[in-house]
Amino acid sequence: MTKDLSSKKGTLGEALRKQGVSRRSFMKFCATTASMMALPPAMIPVIANALEQARRPSVIWLSFQECTGCTESLTRAHTSTVESLIFDTISLDYHHTLQAAAGHGAEAAREAAMAENHGEYLLVVDGSIPLDNPGYSTIAGISNLDMLIESAKGAAAIIAVGTCSTYGGIPHADPNPTGAVSVGDIIKDKPIVNVPGCPPIPVVITGVLAHFLTFGTLPELDHIGRPMAFYGQSIHDRCYRRPFYDKGLFAETFDDEGAKKGWCLFKLGCKGPTTYNACATTKWNDGTSFPIEAGHPCLGCSEPDFWDGGGFYRALSLPTENISKTAVYTAAGAAAAGLALGALNRAKKSAANKAHIKITIDDLER
Amino acid sequence: MNLTGSAQFNIQVGNEVTLNVQPILHEIRHSLERLLEQGQNSTIDLRSIPLAPGEEESILNTLGVGEVHARLDALGPSEIHETRYAGIWLVTHFNENNTIVSRFIEVTEFPDILKSQPGDMSDALTSLADDLETEITESHAETDT
Repeated sequence: MTKDLSSKKGTLGEALRKQGVSRRSFMKFCATTASMMALPPAMIPVIANALEQARRPSVIWLSFQECTGCTESLTRAHTSTVESLIFDTISLDYHHTLQAAAGHGAEAAREAAMAENHGEYLLVVDGSIPLDNPGYSTIAGISNLDMLIESAKGAAAIIAVGTCSTYGGIPHADPNPTGAVSVGDIIKDKPIVNVPGCPPIPVVITGVLAHFLTFGTLPELDHIGRPMAFYGQSIHDRCYRRPFYDKGLFAETFDDEGAKKGWCLFKLGCKGPTTYNACATTKWNDGTSFPIEAGHPCLGCSEPDFWDGGGFYRALSLPTENISKTAVYTAAGAAAAGLALGALNRAKKSAANKAHIKITIDDLER
Repeated sequence: MNLTGSAQFNIQVGNEVTLNVQPILHEIRHSLERLLEQGQNSTIDLRSIPLAPGEEESILNTLGVGEVHARLDALGPSEIHETRYAGIWLVTHFNENNTIVSRFIEVTEFPDILKSQPGDMSDALTSLADDLETEITESHAETDT
């Protein structure tokens, strides 16, 4: 991942020249970076000057309770040139999925990078941290909690990547069997940038790194720690189907006339109005499309507790009629609300299986 | 030009659903006025604006293709077209997999990315001098033998 760029103290400009990258290529890189960081094109010369002088930061990447989807997202980024340039620029000193070293050698590399760059390195974390029992997730025999606290001490800043590390994510979903929490629930004395998403858009991950490289500071954040440049507007406000919402034109099912005409997916459970992310403009899969463009409602994966939001195919406007049933379960001491709903749904599925009846999403939502 | 998702999968969409096509074209017109009257260049990032499938193509079709077409090979290809409206350029950057990574409308006499850059020219001077020096040395060596 990181090429031999000699001194870690060199500038990005020097590193690029050593790789034979021309100034014209660098200008192209800066134009793409500005677009990626959602900065106005007038900022391109500023970015060029700042990046030329930027020093290579040491980056330590920790993966806790996660599925590796965030790393997959990043390493399959469509703007491979930009990503590779940024990753060639940083010194990725520890990432247990990507590094060649294993076992004691890997941990020694982390400890050496922490000591050598104390107070200056960036700590990137994906995955949630289990608090119920340290044994639920360990690396080299070290609990996630201990490794996070130890690694955060000397970090200049922390970038929490993915909904698991930012808000607990799926491990945190009811009934949260491991006691999963976010990085921000544990670390209180360091600046933390939250880059949520399941997974996050790759250019958002590198956009935050590029911002740090360009300006030497962290980007402006919203009230739950997300960079405003990428999470400042709702999916709904940037959605090309928004005019249909305004006109009251909705798809009612996934195969009706409205769905075929590309009308708004609000009634099919789209969480776009309450979800803040850059999918509608940055898009996915080589810039091909995003879920709504493919005809599926937004799940709201960059929001806290998105997994417990009451059903992916349930319109935001609908009252949660299951609350009364759930209250019975909870009052009886059965379980938390999510578990109760799961039990109700499982009962319906089981009954349907026995009777060989086709069950629909609507049936489960009732 | 790459096909969009809707073109590949034949998803039906309405015409110009975001209503952003006309405002962008007017913004380009205002930028051209500014260039003529004040000499001020402008750049519009087409990826920063919500556009429905087919809308970007609609903008590009309106602007058309003019007399100048250039292709760069710098960290992947880039295509630079002057549109049929002089002073309005379409700059499209691709990565090494030929995927579009950024696309801009530049309203300028000549896009900066096409100019030879001072840093590159300085390196070129050193390189040319070194090559000539090597050539002279080799030529002398051949003469001596």
